[in-house]
Amino acid sequence: MSQLTQADLLAKFPFLTARASLDYVAVNTPADKLVELARTLRDELGFDVLTDLAGMDWDKAAPRFSVVYHFYGSTSKQFLRVNCAAPDDTAPSVPSLTGLYPSADWHEREAYDLMGIRFEGHPDLRRILMWDSYPFHPLRKEFPLAGIDTPVPSADLIEATGIHAAPAPMAGGPFVSSCGTTLASGEPRALDQSWNESKPKA
Amino acid sequence: MTTTKEISLGDIAARGASHEDAVQGEKMILNMGPSHPATHGVLRLKLEVDGDVVTKCDPVIGYLHRGDEKIAENMTYNQFVPYTDRLDYLAPLANNVAYAIAVEKLAKLEIPARCQAIRVLVCELSRISSHLLGLGVYGMDTGALTVFMYTFTEREKLYSLFEELTGARFTTSYTRIGGVTRDIPDGWLPKVEKFCDGFLKVLDEVDSLLTRNRIFIDRTQGLAPISKEKALAYGITGANLRASGVPNDLRKDNPYSGYEQYDFDIPVGTVGDCYDRYLIRMEEMRQSVRIVRQVIARMPSGAYYAEDAKKIFLPPKDKVLTRMEELIQNFMLVTEGPRLPAGEVYFEAENPKGALGFFIHSTGGGVPYRLRIKGPSFVSLSIIPDICRGTMVQDIPTILGSLDFVLGECDR
Repeated sequence: MSQLTQADLLAKFPFLTARASLDYVAVNTPADKLVELARTLRDELGFDVLTDLAGMDWDKAAPRFSVVYHFYGSTSKQFLRVNCAAPDDTAPSVPSLTGLYPSADWHEREAYDLMGIRFEGHPDLRRILMWDSYPFHPLRKEFPLAGIDTPVPSADLIEATGIHAAPAPMAGGPFVSSCGTTLASGEPRALDQSWNESKPKA
Repeated sequence: MTTTKEISLGDIAARGASHEDAVQGEKMILNMGPSHPATHGVLRLKLEVDGDVVTKCDPVIGYLHRGDEKIAENMTYNQFVPYTDRLDYLAPLANNVAYAIAVEKLAKLEIPARCQAIRVLVCELSRISSHLLGLGVYGMDTGALTVFMYTFTEREKLYSLFEELTGARFTTSYTRIGGVTRDIPDGWLPKVEKFCDGFLKVLDEVDSLLTRNRIFIDRTQGLAPISKEKALAYGITGANLRASGVPNDLRKDNPYSGYEQYDFDIPVGTVGDCYDRYLIRMEEMRQSVRIVRQVIARMPSGAYYAEDAKKIFLPPKDKVLTRMEELIQNFMLVTEGPRLPAGEVYFEAENPKGALGFFIHSTGGGVPYRLRIKGPSFVSLSIIPDICRGTMVQDIPTILGSLDFVLGECDR
């Protein structure tokens, strides 16, 4: 099967822009065209698998958040990378692909959980790795590596059983470094990220 | 007088759906896990059951979340290798190789033939080891306890081989970016050959214990089938995908590390039920032995690391202590990490559990800007709500066992 090239894609979809890549064909798409692009990719171009979806935090660059999709053609055996920037920096959001690819369901929940990117049209956008009442999005660049003290209740269990749950102690554990200090002093093995910490983010 | 009434059970999924429409009894929430012997790790399932029929299944994951992606952004490429052991901790060698190849793709390193052959060898051995565990506990889940004894004995032999090669039984950290930590020890390859001979006999015995076992067949055949279309739509990879009849294997489709030189077949299932998934894993182990034998027969000589990789991994200790250049090199690597180019790469390797993917966005330097890990077990688990609907509570461990996932990789 013939391989799709970046030029083919750019000619077919005028709204796409080329994206630098060291391996596979890669393009940038605006968020409002993502679903249209994905539908054509799936139905006409044979990219029937959404193999991976990665939320990205570009920190100071604008727009700050984007989502990088990796599509795979199960017959053409080709990978394709699509980057979709989220328009709003404070409440980033891109359209959900769950309607086209069921595999997007859990991947989007993960990107929402860890990166705080919302997916419009997702049927059940809950946290997946962290617990439901967790207040932060830990993969964002301003989140410190050592973590931030938070209460750790499983809200649903506590409500059902009435058990008192106390947060696990952060400091003093065998592999736990204390919070409330800079990362470089609290976690000596980490790279010095003091420039990145305690930075107020809007 | 007793009367008997014949009930047609029909399609399992339809059974679940009909239960949802017409509430026949009071529904109950059944919590399974996170510490449950049948959930294979810290997986929690919130089951909604109507009698014995599961009407809804909601997996709760994240109990083993360590934030590996966050950790990766805070350390150099070399330092992250041990963390990859702990993704799929039943096949650490395969993870090591997948990660190393991803970074090598970024660094554009040419890997010498001997190193590639060693990597293929350890990947296939770890595939056997992972499938042996998966098979053993799968047998246990269905009540065939003996299989576990056979498979674990063989796995133990493999771990002794790993220990001799890497110095560790479990968390091997064997690869380096651009090579492997050490060459194959003298007399190791004949030991692997000897293992293969004995292993195939044990595999035949396991085969005779399970494949035509009436109880095992009754418990697995027709259970939780995944159609071809559904498997692709959910992005399922590895043995679970091939059991559904899709002949996709990255070792054939996008060969890496010299897999194209070896002759092996891809077993493909027909219906994609729990029994098919078992059969595929059995056959994959035999094919792995085939690959292992070919690798041993034509093991190339030469270096076990790339010449260019000297700028990436630490120089030999004796040279560091006696030579200026190596000392500086060592210092730079420890403090700043290797200097890799900026850019984006994605690499997927065919691991025992499925396609393990690494997406690296580098802005140059020794630390990745973003390292995304796509674990195949995460994807395999995402289909559980779909295929568990309408099955019986006692089928759940069987379904989980047939999917052969590992939570270390799912939660990352």
